[in-house]
Amino acid sequence: MSELLHANGIVKRFGSFTALKGVTFRLRAGEIHALMGENGAGKSTLIKVLTGVHEADGGTVTVAGRGIRAASPREAEAAGISTVYQEVNLLPNLSVAENILMGRQPMRGPFIRHGEVKRRARAALARLGLEVDVGALLGSFPVAVQQMTAIARALDQEARVLILDEPTSSLDARESEELFAVMRRLRGEGMGIVFVSHFLDQIYAVSDRITVLRDGALVGTWEAAGLPRLELVSHMIGKEVTASSGDGGVVCGGGAEAFRVEGLERRGVVGPLTFSVAAGEATGLAGLLGSGRTETARMLFGIDGATGGRVKAGGEEVALGSPRAAMAAGLAFCSEDRKVEGIIPSLSVRENIVLAMQASRGVLRRVPRAEQEALAAKFIAALNIRTRGPETPIGTLSGGNQQKCLLARWMAMQPRLLILDEPTRGIDVGAKAEIEALCGELRRAGMSILFISAELEEVVRNCSRVVVLRDRRQAAVLDGPAISLRTIMETVAAS
Amino acid sequence: MKEIRSTLVWPLVALVVLLVFNAVASPGFFHVEWKDGRLFGTVVDIFNQGARVPMLLALGMTLVIATGGVDLSVGSIMAVSGAVAAMQVNAGASMGQAVAAGLGLATLLGLVNGVLIARVGLQPIIATLVMMVAGRGLAMLLTGSQMVPFANRSLTWLANGSVGGLPVPVVLVLLLAGVTGWLLRRTAAGLFIEATGDNEKASRLAGIQTGGVRLAVYGFSGFCAGLSGVLEAANISAADPARIGDTRELDAIFAVVAGGTALTGGRFSLAGSVVGALLLQTLTLTLYNQNVAPAVAPVPKAVVILAVCLLHSPRLRARFGKRTQSVAA
Repeated sequence: MSELLHANGIVKRFGSFTALKGVTFRLRAGEIHALMGENGAGKSTLIKVLTGVHEADGGTVTVAGRGIRAASPREAEAAGISTVYQEVNLLPNLSVAENILMGRQPMRGPFIRHGEVKRRARAALARLGLEVDVGALLGSFPVAVQQMTAIARALDQEARVLILDEPTSSLDARESEELFAVMRRLRGEGMGIVFVSHFLDQIYAVSDRITVLRDGALVGTWEAAGLPRLELVSHMIGKEVTASSGDGGVVCGGGAEAFRVEGLERRGVVGPLTFSVAAGEATGLAGLLGSGRTETARMLFGIDGATGGRVKAGGEEVALGSPRAAMAAGLAFCSEDRKVEGIIPSLSVRENIVLAMQASRGVLRRVPRAEQEALAAKFIAALNIRTRGPETPIGTLSGGNQQKCLLARWMAMQPRLLILDEPTRGIDVGAKAEIEALCGELRRAGMSILFISAELEEVVRNCSRVVVLRDRRQAAVLDGPAISLRTIMETVAAS
Repeated sequence: MKEIRSTLVWPLVALVVLLVFNAVASPGFFHVEWKDGRLFGTVVDIFNQGARVPMLLALGMTLVIATGGVDLSVGSIMAVSGAVAAMQVNAGASMGQAVAAGLGLATLLGLVNGVLIARVGLQPIIATLVMMVAGRGLAMLLTGSQMVPFANRSLTWLANGSVGGLPVPVVLVLLLAGVTGWLLRRTAAGLFIEATGDNEKASRLAGIQTGGVRLAVYGFSGFCAGLSGVLEAANISAADPARIGDTRELDAIFAVVAGGTALTGGRFSLAGSVVGALLLQTLTLTLYNQNVAPAVAPVPKAVVILAVCLLHSPRLRARFGKRTQSVAA
């Protein structure tokens, strides 16, 4: 089979951070090639380099043997590389036909030949086996049709390389199947397709080869048929699967049940989930990127409300319809997105720490200034928060210290269940260790913790029960001695 | 505290520069005399006129801007409340009843803004633009597009009377500013407003009812505009539905921004806004004293406002600082 696209030794830096460290990627004509990796692996950056959004700092890209230097998306398209993003980036207020031919409309003098536009649009859609009114507004169609329109646009510009970036994340099962049928048909016509998805089932259903990136470097490229799932997962997270690796560090304490989640789900997003959380223990949520970990946390804390199931505390059902209701029920939630959902950047460390406590007391019962200062001083000392003082704006602190302030915000509430979503992401090693130690102290003080982390070793080290998620469903609940890197990875990889 | 003080510096500097200019250019600028049991003089006029409109509007506008919004409807709400108060006294109501009616309706209109923004989800600029147009129309409708003169000595006293030698509006507005500032820091309202404006998503996840916060600040802004409208009508013993408050929303925004509260929301300074309003009023009067034609006056006004806003920009200050350093080296 002939080689269609060859990206050789691609380097991309953002400031002092190197996102791609000399990645090589080869795509053949007539193949579907899956590009895999966890958060920060460099998938998106590689795609953006190929499509001319970013300019590479090193390396070469050739398409069908001809070197290209795509400095803009337009040049990449001219070289035959087309991309369909997860969030369709077309114009919903224009017609389907206009979207397909935008920028290349057939003209007669200064006028657009609207008949010709529609004819070509229909022809492109026919190749995909789709018949719709091409004159109707794109926004009036479901996402699946919009995606087909984006692919039709690629076909009309005679793309030879088609990049599909998480195309199935907003499609249902039937729509995904239709998309796969189209992908197979285009493969038959000799097109090279790069496929990004978090769903292992889908990867194995359509891919011929799989390339794995990790931390901005190439791990390898394999024939899909010759790569067992478990091996793929271990390549993605960078852990060898051996019998002894990372066995459970926390023995099941046999604590009394504090919370019970029964069939909780948010239709089309995550669930149903059934597990219980013991008092004074940490329960982990493990799974690959996109497996529904964060979605579960948001559902529990009432940010994106559940559509079914219930949560019980001490046998009684608790209402978790909003963050306020969840807080009243004794829950606290430390978001993974510290900047967007955590800190109030220009307010001081003290104000950030007392915020949740003040909110639950209401506007009139202000926490007295002396109490605020005592609280801030206590947590700054207890969590070893490095700040010039309690009045320093939190936005000027390092990520790890911001994270500790947010932990302090929720600890001040003395919740019964603390949900920690990626509490150690993006912070330095020392702060990581401190936060893990802190979790241990909280557990011993009787608090329950729901611990979410992409780093499986952290989950294994800290949790006495692990709920494993796969494709946004509960795959298994592992208890005490059953928890190890190997069992978690096997569960994640099982089909 | 240090931060707030430093934002106060620049509008104060601008104010002092203007005052010094006036002291030199127009002798008698600082002349104040005691007549009939009250103070008279140019400086007193600045305080009086500054309090009646820009300062009062800026109080409400400061809190709205601190939540990351803006209220374009205050000028029109002034017209509505002025008209309502005037019509009430003409219909035989007492001064108290008339003022209550004007303030009540104004607060209600402010709350409508709040509902459109916090519950319906409109952009603040759109929602209050709608109210700006609709409010002016409502004032015209109520009055039949006619000026509403009235003869009510207690209502007129609100704008022209004096308390302890000071004009009533000055006392009233400084009192309102003081009480508002005290309440905001005494309760958690100030913290919730700043948190909502700085990061609404995070505030909601911390349990703050950000919708309620936004509703309240637009209601308060309506209340302040209502009081300002009543004082404007009381000042000339007539409510002019077409002219009361016309384009004054811009004065309020200028005062707030010049006072150091960023349009992006978050930290606010009521004291800064009060100084900003005084700066604006001094500038207006200075230009008038220098015989600058009213039609041309906005140009020098714009230049001063631009200068104060640029002085607030940390980026510009950093660049300026760097340049002076390199010159020194």
